[in-house]
Amino acid sequence: MLKKLAFTGLGALTALVGFLAPAAYAQNEQFIPMLVYRTGPYAPSGIPVANGFRDYYTLVNKRDGGINGVKISFEECETQYNTKLGVECYEKLKNKGPTGAALFNPYSTGITYQLIPKAPVDKIPILSMGYGMTAAADGTVFPYVFNFPMTYWGQASAFVRYVAKQEGGFENLRGRKIALIYHNSAYGKEPIPTLEVLSQKYGYNLKLLAVDHPGQEQGATWLQIRQYRPDWIFMWGWGVMNQVAVKEAASIRYPMDHFIGVWWSGSEADVVPAGKGAIGYKAGDFHGTGAGFPVHKDIIKYVYNGNAQEAKNNNIGEVLYNRGVVNAMFSVEAIRTAMQKYGNKPLTGEQVRWGLEHLRVTDSHLKALGMADFTQPIEVTCSRHNGVGGRVYIQQWDGNGWKKASDWLEPIEEVVWEQVKQASKNYAFENRITPRVCSGQS
Amino acid sequence: MQVLYAFLVGPFVQMGQAPVFFAEVVINGLLTGVMYSLVALGFVLIYKASGTFNFAQGVMVLFAALTLVGLMEHGVPVWLALILTVAVMVVLAFAIERLMLRPLINQEQIILFMATIGLTFFLEGFGELLWGSNVKRLDIGVPDRSFEVGGMLLNQFDLFAAAIGAALVAGLAVFFQKTPIGRALRAVADDHQAALSVGIPLKTIWVVVWSVAGIVAMVAGIMWGAKSGVQFSLSLIALKALPVLILGGFTSVPGAIIGGLIIGVGEKVAEVYWGPLVGGAIENWFAYVLALVFLLFRPQGLFGERIIERV
Amino acid sequence: MLYREAGQFKTSYAADQALLPIVQDRWFLAVLLAIAYLVVPFVADEYWLQAVLIPFLVFSMAALGLNLLTGYAGQVSLGTGGFMAVGAYATYKMATTFPDLNILVIFLLAGLIAAAVGLIFGIPSLRIKGFYLAVATLAAQFFLGWMFNKIGWFYNDNPSGTITAPPRLVMDFMVTGPRATAEVRYIVALVLVTVFALAAKNLVRGRIGRAWMAVRDRDIAAEIIGIRPFQTKLLAFAISSFYCGLAGAMSLFLWLGSAETEAWDINVSFQVLFMVIIGGLGSILGSFLGAAFITLVPIFLTNAPQMFGVNMATDLQKHLEVMIFGGLIVYFLIVEPNGFARLWQITKEKLRRWPFPY
Repeated sequence: MLKKLAFTGLGALTALVGFLAPAAYAQNEQFIPMLVYRTGPYAPSGIPVANGFRDYYTLVNKRDGGINGVKISFEECETQYNTKLGVECYEKLKNKGPTGAALFNPYSTGITYQLIPKAPVDKIPILSMGYGMTAAADGTVFPYVFNFPMTYWGQASAFVRYVAKQEGGFENLRGRKIALIYHNSAYGKEPIPTLEVLSQKYGYNLKLLAVDHPGQEQGATWLQIRQYRPDWIFMWGWGVMNQVAVKEAASIRYPMDHFIGVWWSGSEADVVPAGKGAIGYKAGDFHGTGAGFPVHKDIIKYVYNGNAQEAKNNNIGEVLYNRGVVNAMFSVEAIRTAMQKYGNKPLTGEQVRWGLEHLRVTDSHLKALGMADFTQPIEVTCSRHNGVGGRVYIQQWDGNGWKKASDWLEPIEEVVWEQVKQASKNYAFENRITPRVCSGQS
Repeated sequence: MQVLYAFLVGPFVQMGQAPVFFAEVVINGLLTGVMYSLVALGFVLIYKASGTFNFAQGVMVLFAALTLVGLMEHGVPVWLALILTVAVMVVLAFAIERLMLRPLINQEQIILFMATIGLTFFLEGFGELLWGSNVKRLDIGVPDRSFEVGGMLLNQFDLFAAAIGAALVAGLAVFFQKTPIGRALRAVADDHQAALSVGIPLKTIWVVVWSVAGIVAMVAGIMWGAKSGVQFSLSLIALKALPVLILGGFTSVPGAIIGGLIIGVGEKVAEVYWGPLVGGAIENWFAYVLALVFLLFRPQGLFGERIIERV
Repeated sequence: MLYREAGQFKTSYAADQALLPIVQDRWFLAVLLAIAYLVVPFVADEYWLQAVLIPFLVFSMAALGLNLLTGYAGQVSLGTGGFMAVGAYATYKMATTFPDLNILVIFLLAGLIAAAVGLIFGIPSLRIKGFYLAVATLAAQFFLGWMFNKIGWFYNDNPSGTITAPPRLVMDFMVTGPRATAEVRYIVALVLVTVFALAAKNLVRGRIGRAWMAVRDRDIAAEIIGIRPFQTKLLAFAISSFYCGLAGAMSLFLWLGSAETEAWDINVSFQVLFMVIIGGLGSILGSFLGAAFITLVPIFLTNAPQMFGVNMATDLQKHLEVMIFGGLIVYFLIVEPNGFARLWQITKEKLRRWPFPY
């Protein structure tokens, strides 16, 4: 027995020593790391996102032969949405490839927060597209963090704008009751300051209802909803909390079209358990739904060799799959932008950062990529890392799929940007960061 | 003064002003409590018979539900899927007894506890490996509609779940009291060695207990899975059962039921009436604090066996 | 043969009471420490330090703390994560309020605050025992997590509710913050762990440690021979929480750099308990072995397939990894239920007689 153990131990030790041997990468490839969560409690959201990323990168390699001729090599690292595993993945992948990691898409609030202070030190940019820290939109304090096309605060204000539209104008918001059901974590608390400021401005009443992780049991929350009888419900939910909330709303017969989820609460998985009861439920989104865009046809053609069924099994066209595609597209376009300055070769993180900061995606661009009207054109500037021109729309579940249910909505920029400035100033003070000066831009 | 009023008087005033709503809160709490009890029951059965605090009970709930839904997705009719799932849980019990419990016989409680943690990891990986990680809809044909009774909104499904829970407890009570194997079980729970010496086969008893716990897990999995969809998070439901367990006592089946009801009502009332005063989401810790307060008066739980200490 | 104790005579009580009575053990430890201090920082790259060694040290500290409480004083606790959070938040709060105070002093102060909190949550232990106590300490875990999440004062009211380690110098070395190199953070963590492991080893052989063990083995009997169970148990809770608080401060300032309460959730409490059990209850060495097993084996399993050139789908690999990890736990418990520390003892036993076993 002991001998056997000693052998196992010895084997493990030799194996541990061999750990560091880096995998061989071709010299002319751009390495992009992928932090994914295909297992664990949030896997239902993580799988489609990861597939979207993977398919888009593969498409760029197969259809275009890479970015301006530089092939993309990518590697997945499983985080289970867990911050500590994320740290390990980050350290493992940051120096891979000929030039190191181009950029990180952390795909977890915790991991994003963890990486924000590290990014300027390692000189690898972070693109937390529509999640992470809203204050990081201020490029003067966070040169290495990007969160375009829109932040949580922008989205929250866009929701208020949507409600105002539905009620017939901002003046009709006075006296309305809005409830916010939120995941009791850093992520869930994000929209609160914005909604509070706006409630003072427009005079609606706001009720905050926290749901503790994991959120399987929300009886008390929905009892409070019954008591408060809000005109509108917003939800910042995550994981099983979304599914239970949608189901509970349906079972107390709350009008579903007055129930709006954040863009992380509006995927196919979130409405599954409620079945027909979920019809009418709404959620924010900033990219197209369905698999009807030219880019999807290309993916089926090049990635799946025309096998539409297999593409479907890999979540093509689902909300979160499309989010992965959009995110991969932004990453690729940022690298392409940087190549205009640094040449068509694998780039370092620092160079990609320049590309992100000068990213301009126009309508004609999107059309050329097969994504016309898939998302809104956007322009990132030195100070505005959340981009200028980002918009959100409301999608609605019709029992079979998510359908666009509103026009593109602008955030209430004057309120949001004010708050971003304030928060980033505090962060800079606490962490002794001297904001850089962006010349000629606000 | 105002703070004191808000905490000590305000909530009661609210209750008095809207008695119908208060009743709804209480009924909701009771129904949720039954759901907690369903999960806690599995813990109690195993602890009673083998002194093992089975950390894997939560993941067994997940595993059973995953198996059931997975089979149904492959076109197996509901009744057959149920039978097959029960069979799978029995096989699992055999495997656990043979591979884990038997080699660890006579070890300390905390070692057995640790072993069930290993089992937890294994089943987590195995369940997801077999059936995937997507959210699966579990529709057992019970309508999830609400109806109003005197201004209170009641959910059909919750009532159905409560009925199933009650039936299960009654069934277990009969099983323990009337059947020979149930009596043997109680004997083992009382004293392993004495039971062995009168010829009760310990190993068989363990297989039976783990099988029954597996079936209870399946029922709990169906009930919770119908609410949230069958997915990984189901295994976390065990955390909701722990305060129930210490409140009712690790060794008492009725304790699990009463404990569940107390915790259910307690946390709902606290969250609705006191939660808003401190920012909400107090349910989770409140359940534990409530259980802790009971424990200070009865250290072995409400219905647990009295601990007699000799030097 | 290899591990010969023969001829090592002790001629004084002091020698008999030494921390490491056997010469070989002393040498072994000296070499190990020399490697840890002098070789590792120059050899290991950032991945090893940041993803493997620093977390190992942080969890060793926490496991030490819990082992004092659970292994020596016999009180099972699942509040470790909560006490670590106390340490982390206290350090953060003090470091931002008094920017000029030495960060290491703040670490120790934060440990004291955690000890005070542990004292309060240890009170029920007088009446509640065994698994009941374990589950009751979860009240501490959930309450503390909720409190740090809810009350803005603890995280300086920043809108996201996360805390970030501010940059601080100790003797011209950047110790915390994003610009502190992994080597410096590793050394600081190593110093703390060395000092407090030594303290723990001393503690458990003295009057306090013996009182703890007496209470653990039979508290009523201990009471009869004049040990006050209440004070003894509370002291165990306080000292254990001090270690856990320190581990929490280390995890934020030397390892993660930025975190929210989720970083010290219930899973951390369970993990540290696993470490203590699988490492060996009532053994200082066991705390380290357990921490090594629980933090290193998953990392090894994650990287193993690639090392051997096997390419698997990410999810399949993770599932297999979790299954193997669970299987390993059960396997090791069956092989040696008393943990790795006992396994080490048996190994020494065998080496002593090698090559002539009887």
